[in-house]
Amino acid sequence: MSPFGMKKSGPGGRGGKDAKAGDKAGAQRRGGGFFRRRKVCKFCADKIDDINYKDVKLLTSFVPERGKVLPRRISGTCAKHQRALRVAIVRARQLALLPYAAD
Amino acid sequence: MSARTYELIYVLKPDAPEDEVNNLHGQVVEVVDRMGGKIDKTDQWGRRKMAYEIGHHKEGFYVLEVISGSGELMKELDRRLRVTEGLLRHLIVRVDETTIKADRARTKRTEESRRRRIARGLPPDRQPGEGPQGMDDDDANDMMFDGPDMEER
Repeated sequence: MSPFGMKKSGPGGRGGKDAKAGDKAGAQRRGGGFFRRRKVCKFCADKIDDINYKDVKLLTSFVPERGKVLPRRISGTCAKHQRALRVAIVRARQLALLPYAAD
Repeated sequence: MSARTYELIYVLKPDAPEDEVNNLHGQVVEVVDRMGGKIDKTDQWGRRKMAYEIGHHKEGFYVLEVISGSGELMKELDRRLRVTEGLLRHLIVRVDETTIKADRARTKRTEESRRRRIARGLPPDRQPGEGPQGMDDDDANDMMFDGPDMEER
C-alpha cells in the first residue's frame, strides 16, 4: 500500500491516507538539515492510466507559471508517466489549451 | 484494413457563426462517409479561452470528433483542414492504441488486487464499508496536488 517505505501508523484500512498525511508532516526542516518529503508519482498513486491532452485541469498542475513542463525531480512523477505527460502537454499546447511560454 | 480510432479536434474563430460551424462539420462528415469511415461522437466544447493568442483571437471555438476509419481518410481530412480558412488549429490523434493500453493496465491492476485479497483470505472485491470512508473536512486537501515542492532548491 505504501510505496515510500513509511511505517504505517496504526491498524485499519486507512494506511494509504495516513501515509499521505504523515508525508506532509515530514516535509519540515529539522535540526539544520532538510527532511525531504518522499514524493510519489501522482499518476501511479491515483491510478490514472491514460494521461489525456484534453484534461487541462490535470495538466496545468504540471505546468508552472512560466509554461514549462515541471521536472520529475520536483513533481516526483515516475519516468513512464513523465513521458506520457510530456506528450499530453505538447499536444495541449498545439491546441492552445496550454501555453508554450508565458510572458 | 482494420479500422482505427482517431480524435480530431479543431478550433474555429470565436466569432464563427453557427452555420460556419455546421458547414465545417458537414464537410468532415462528407469526407468521412465518402472514405468509408464512421463518426463515433461529436462534441462541441464551444467557446473557450485559449492559452495564447492566435491571429489576435483570445478565444476559440473547439469541436471534437471521434472518428473510426483508415489512415488514408485521416490524411485526406488533415489535408482539407490545412487549407480551410477560418480554422485556427486542428489536431488528429490516434487513440485506439492508448485506450487499449489503459484498459490493459486497469485489468492487470484489478486482477492483481483480487489475487492479493484472495491470498489474504478476503473476498475478491471491496465490501461496502471497507476502505477509505468518505471525506471529512480534514481530508479535502489530501487529494490535491499542491504543485512544485520548492524545498529542493
